[in-house]
This record gives sequence, C-alpha cells and structure tokens, in this order.
Amino acid sequence: MFADYLDLALRSFRRSKALTALVVLLMGCGVATCMVTFAVFRATAADPIPWKSNQLFVPQIDNFGPAQNWKGEPPNLLSYTDATVLLHARQARRQVLIYGSKWTVMPGDAQHLPSSQEGDAVSHDFFAMFDVPFRYGGGWSASDDDQRAAVVVISSALNQKLFGGADSVGREINLDTHAYRIVGVLDNWNPSPRFFDVSSTWYPFSHPRQLYLPFSRAIDLQKAASTNFYCSTNSVDPYLPNWDSILHSECAWIAAWVELPTRADVERYRGWLHNYAAEQQRVGRFAWPPNVRLSDVGQWLDVMKVVPKASALSMIVSASFLLICLVNVVGLMLARFMRRAPEIGVRRALGASRGAIYRQFLVEAAAIGLAGGVLGLLLTALGMAGIGHVFEPEIARLATLDASLLLLTVLVAVAASLVAALYPTWRAAQVQPAWQLKSNG
Amino acid sequence: MTMQIRPILAALRRHKMATLLIVLQIALTLAVVSNALFIVKTRVLHLSRPTGTDEAHLFVIKNGWIGQPDVPHIDAQMRADLVTLRSLPGVHNAFASEAYPMQEGGGGLVRIKHQVAQTTKAQLALSYFADEHALDTFGTALVAGRNFRADEIVSLGPYDASRPAVIIITRDLAHKLFPDGAAVGQRVYLSDDGPSTIIGMVDRLQGSYAGSSTRSIDEDTVLVPARYASSDDGASYAGGTVYLVRAQPGQLAAVLRAAPAALVAQNRMRVISPEDGVVTLEQARTKAYATDRGVAIMMGAVCVLLLLATAGGIVGLSSFWVGQRRRSIGVRRALGATRGDILRYFQTENALIVGIGVVLGVALGIAANLSLMTHYELPRMPLWVLGVGALLLWLLGQLAVFGPARSAAAVPPVEATRSV
Repeated sequence: MFADYLDLALRSFRRSKALTALVVLLMGCGVATCMVTFAVFRATAADPIPWKSNQLFVPQIDNFGPAQNWKGEPPNLLSYTDATVLLHARQARRQVLIYGSKWTVMPGDAQHLPSSQEGDAVSHDFFAMFDVPFRYGGGWSASDDDQRAAVVVISSALNQKLFGGADSVGREINLDTHAYRIVGVLDNWNPSPRFFDVSSTWYPFSHPRQLYLPFSRAIDLQKAASTNFYCSTNSVDPYLPNWDSILHSECAWIAAWVELPTRADVERYRGWLHNYAAEQQRVGRFAWPPNVRLSDVGQWLDVMKVVPKASALSMIVSASFLLICLVNVVGLMLARFMRRAPEIGVRRALGASRGAIYRQFLVEAAAIGLAGGVLGLLLTALGMAGIGHVFEPEIARLATLDASLLLLTVLVAVAASLVAALYPTWRAAQVQPAWQLKSNG
Repeated sequence: MTMQIRPILAALRRHKMATLLIVLQIALTLAVVSNALFIVKTRVLHLSRPTGTDEAHLFVIKNGWIGQPDVPHIDAQMRADLVTLRSLPGVHNAFASEAYPMQEGGGGLVRIKHQVAQTTKAQLALSYFADEHALDTFGTALVAGRNFRADEIVSLGPYDASRPAVIIITRDLAHKLFPDGAAVGQRVYLSDDGPSTIIGMVDRLQGSYAGSSTRSIDEDTVLVPARYASSDDGASYAGGTVYLVRAQPGQLAAVLRAAPAALVAQNRMRVISPEDGVVTLEQARTKAYATDRGVAIMMGAVCVLLLLATAGGIVGLSSFWVGQRRRSIGVRRALGATRGDILRYFQTENALIVGIGVVLGVALGIAANLSLMTHYELPRMPLWVLGVGALLLWLLGQLAVFGPARSAAAVPPVEATRSV
C-alpha cells in the first residue's frame, strides 16, 4: 500500500514539475538556513562540561555595595580578600581561584626570540575540579600551593613547540626569567565555551591558555592580572600605589569556583556565603546587607551572556525564514492537492476511504519533505563552508556538520512538510465523490 | 477599478484559507525583512565609521617587556625605541601609547567632571597616552588650540595616578562637555587631585573600543600627555607598550618588516609576537568589524531569499487560483470583459491581499522591533523602513502575479461553454 502511495506521489511530481520544484526548493532553503545557524547556536550555547555542570558553582559576593554595583548585582569576580577567605574556608568539596596574566617564555638558546604566552594562575584543585585531561604527569599538590612552589603545567601545544611533543615532565622552563619545573602536560583540552575563566576574559570562544601556575606563587611574584580588573561599575578606580594596595583593595579580579556535589551541599554553601557577607557587615567592611549569588555552569553562562548576539539573532531570523517558507508551502500544497480534486473524487467514488486519502497525501508530503531535506543537506554543507564569512573564525570553527546535524536536517524537513500538509490533506479528504464526478464528468 | 473590489471580495470569501495564507506570508515577510534591513543598515553605518586617522599608512607594534623591569628602565627603553623608529627610513612619525583605534579594548576609560564636588554624572570618555608626535602620527589635525610640548610629556608607571595638567580632546567630546561655547582653554577634572586644561581640539579621533560595546562614546577621546611604562607584558589588557607608527606613502610594506627588526636589534629583552605583534589599522578594522559585516551579509542574504520565496508563493497560489477559475473567467470574457479587465482584476486582487498583509506586517514588524530593542539593544526602527519594505512587497506582488494574470487574460471566452 505504502509503495502504491509513493508511486502515486512520484506520478504527481512528474505532472506538476514547477510546483513540486518550488516546494522542495523552499523546504531546502528554509531548513538549510535554520541548520547552519543552529549549528553555530548549538556550539555557542553548548554545555562545556555536561557530566558536572550542575555541581560546579560560581560564588559572587557584593563588596561594591548598592552605590557602586551594576543594577544591584554583585561583581562577577571576587576581591583578593574574599577570594582567599573562600579558598581557605574549605566549605566546598573543592575550591579554585583563577586569574590570568601573560608570561614570557625565555628560550634556552640565543637563536630563538622570547615569546609571550597567556597563563592562568590557579589553585591546585583546578585540574581535578574541571576534569582536565593530562598527557604526561599531573597537577601539583596542596603543599606546592602552600610553599608557593615554582611548578608549572603546560598545554600540549606549548609542549609541542618547546619539546617537540616529548614527555617534558621534570624538565625546566624559564618564565619571566625564573626557572619552573614542569609537573604536567595537558592533553588536548578545549572546553567550548571556555566557561571557567569567562568572567575574567570576556571572550569564551578562544583556546584555553598555555600555562598554569600556582595562584599563591603568582601573587607572591606580584604578577598583575592581564584579565578583567575593576573596582566599581560607575566611578573612577581608586588610587592603588603598590601591589599591597591592590591585594587589600575592594577591586574585583579573581574568578572563583566551588564544587558542590549534592543539593544539600549547595544549600549549606549558600548559607555559608550569606553568613560570611553578614559577618563582613557586622565588622563594618560592608555597609549593606548580604548580597550573594551562587550560580551553576548553565546559570553562569547566562549571566555572562556567552551566546553571541549575532548567533541568537541569526537563529531568530532563520527560524522566521523557515516559518515563512512553511506558510508558503501550505499554500502551494493546497494548490497541488486541490488541483487533483477530480482524481480524489474518482478514487473516493471507487471506494477509497477518507483514511486512504489522508495516507496517500501525507506520504506525498513526506516524500516532498525528504526531497527538501536532501536539498537542505546540500545547502547546509554549502552554508557551513561559507560560515567563516559571517561569524568570527573562533566561533565558525566550533560549528561542525556531524551525523546528528545531518539527521536533524532531514527530520526537520520531513516533520515540517507533514505539518504543512495537514490542512491541505484535510481539505483533500473533504472532497465529495459525487460532486466531483458530476461537475467534471 | 473601484467597480472590481466588490466581486474580488466576494471571490476571496470563497477562498478564505488561501487568502489568509498569502496575507500571513506577506505580513511575516514584511516584519522580518524590515527588521533585517534595519539591522543591515545599522551595522553598515557602524562598520563604515572613520577613525579620523591616516588608516592606510598606520600600523602598531605590540611590544612586551621581559622580566618586570622597573619604570625608569622601561621609560628609557621607550625613548630609545622611539628614536630608533622615527629615524627609520620610510617612517613618517611614531609615538608610544597603550592602545590603538579599533583594538576592541585596551584604552583607558576616564570620567570627566567640571568640578571636583560635582553631583551630576561625570562625562565618560576614552583615553590614549600620547606625546607631541601623536597628532602627526595619527594624521589628525588640530581644529583649535595647540599641540603638546615635549616638556609636558611625563613618565607614568602602573601604580602612578594619571593627573595630566593639559589634555587634547575631540570635537565630539568638547561639544558634550561645553555645548554652549569653546572648550579650548577650559579646565576639567579627570581625577579629584587637580584640574586639566584643555589646550587643543581635534576634529575626530576614535577611541580604542570601536567594534565593541561603547558606541555612544566612541568619538569622545582624550589625549593624555604621558609615556606609560607598563611594568611587564601583562599589566594592561593589551600588555606592554603599543608603538603607533605612520609610514610614508608607499613605504608601509617595507616598514612593517623593518620596524620590529630594528627594535629587536636595539634590545632583545622584549616580546613582539610573530603572529599578531604587528598589526596594520586595516587589519584591525577587518577584525574589529568582522561580526558586523557577517551579520549584515547574513541578514541581506536572508532578505533576498525571503523575497524570492514570497514571490514564488504568490506565483504558485495565483496560478492555482487562475486554473480554478478558468470557467468563470471564460464567462466574464463571453459577457464582454476585455483582456485588460481580467488582467486588472488579478492585479487589483493581489494589491488588495498584499495591502491587508502589509497592514498586519507593519504591526508585526513594530512588535518584533520592540522585542529586539529590549533583548538585543537595537535602536528603534524608523517608520520609513517599514514603508520601504511595504513598497518593495507591493511591487514584488504585482510583479509575481503578472505572469498568472496574463495567462488568465489569455483564457478565451469559449472556455465558458466547456466542461459544463
């Protein structure tokens, strides 16, 4: 029966080539535009650490106060004072502090020129908290943090550049004219969006940094942050004459994360944060009631507005485009099906049930959808190739045409065609056998 | 014409769904196309703004210092570097700053007050560190006042507060600070520690954030007379020192290679990234406005596709319509209607349907713009954009229906006698 309907559909395609081609073209264009923008949207709105994203939290403490903060929201980063309290309080399973700076890698010989590398100063829990994969070695220990040890973890890219990809654990590199012992080499690690330091870098779609050094050591070296550093959202930064005044200032520049495995842990931590802020109010540091936040990865990416405006905007536009194509297809299918009213009348008169008419025309619609989907696939592939012209290379690189997207393209095309065919099919099924025979007999 | 409207309405009533579909399609298309065109217009305006500099001959060298040298050392090195750069063949002029136009960050944000104890909101502006060579390097001419003198340029370290005695500002900022009179000679406060006298005004000079989110103050720039010694290559967003170099006409390519080599030859204890350490302003422009250009291309493409789709839809539905009405067209022809009458009938019908769609589309378009305004900080769309969109759709409708209408007009009167 199904094969029969398919045969009928193919015959009808042959009879009205132009109309069929138009419908298929519309479906193809609509679906392809949606898929290309969806591929970008999917990449930018992805969960970078799905197995753990509801256990990792960013604490925020309002040390700016209502007069200096942004619309009542606490700053996105912590002051050194709050960050170190949080680190040493050990109220969570793991806690990590992060700030970024640039380090000069000095070559071992005189032939090569020094190069500047971005590095994150992190506390030792960083690697375990974010499940950072290692190719060689591992992270450093809590005691390395306490002793401000001169240890470093380097990326696989930097290891390739400096040591030709060999196991470099135990070897030394020279950063800012100090010697550091390499304790670990990362495997390929590129969480997208780069969520863990998005509040310091503002730009979540670049590669992670090349160097990771102990937070305590960077502070000791008075290594200034190259990342976001702000002291209020609406007035002049205070005069900070030296490093000590930076550490004791209320400026925000350190990103903090805590790992809280259970819901109870989250509630307990929220309470602790609140109490800490209340305590700061009691001792007179804050002149305002506690204003704290605790956001998991998803919430934090929302707060930081990680999905680029261009991506969300193009998603909306292409969805509207598909909708308009669909309205168009409804009209064209109506035209196709009603043109065949005599044929339907004959079939009904010969004993075909309404259900049979439904099935016949829905199969035809699905076949159109399938054709549209295949065209959509071709256009999607074409669109993915041209995506670099529309989006920044860092974002375009993330959008990939994989099996799930291919399947989705065809599924959307078929589903959309079926939805578009519902009304025309209903109208077709309403055709009265006798009336058609009479007027066209 | 007016005679035809009543029968058209009667006919449309018999094809409620098909009419509704075209109306809906016209409305949605107008809503999307007008908003998309408006986005294209704002983006194109944004990305074609001039910086006010001699972009074709300007480039920057991003120079990082190694081993956290102290401020006097960096300052001495910066002076030596500037001598090296300015004496290089093909170099017109050069100066040192911490940021450059279209960098998308880097420059300082200053708050300018008329008095220390001012209760009203301070005027925000973007700053560049500059010296007496800065204006000539940018290629920006003074329109009032004078340039910095060499003795006014101070050395600043990362822990020093900037309180310049004299500043040069842009015309746009001058107008915001002193809407009623001349700004040159006036005193303003960049910090609470002391006033700064405005000694000069340039016509136009864009701040370093253009391309990002500071649109309203992109033209409000302050030049602060100082050599800023960033203590290592990480103290500022850009890191280290930015040398802006203006090449002589035709010399840019040669100087691009020679300048960083000359600096390294002068002293090796620096980092100039081989990938992005040397950037021409043209490259900076391409990078800074990549998203704007991308969005404009994408929206433009969607508009074209959408209009084509709508035209296709109108052609398809109209020809179906004509096919269904062959007999009644034949009857009309037999009763004395001319070909022109039939043609006009379908053109008028289409104009009417598009008209209804346009009314609905204007409402939808405004609603869409309002929601985009709240979610994506787009400006309000002027009504003329909708007008242009409506005219476009109306023309498109007339064009699309012309084919089917002509084939309707070609129906012979004898059709009335067939298949009855």
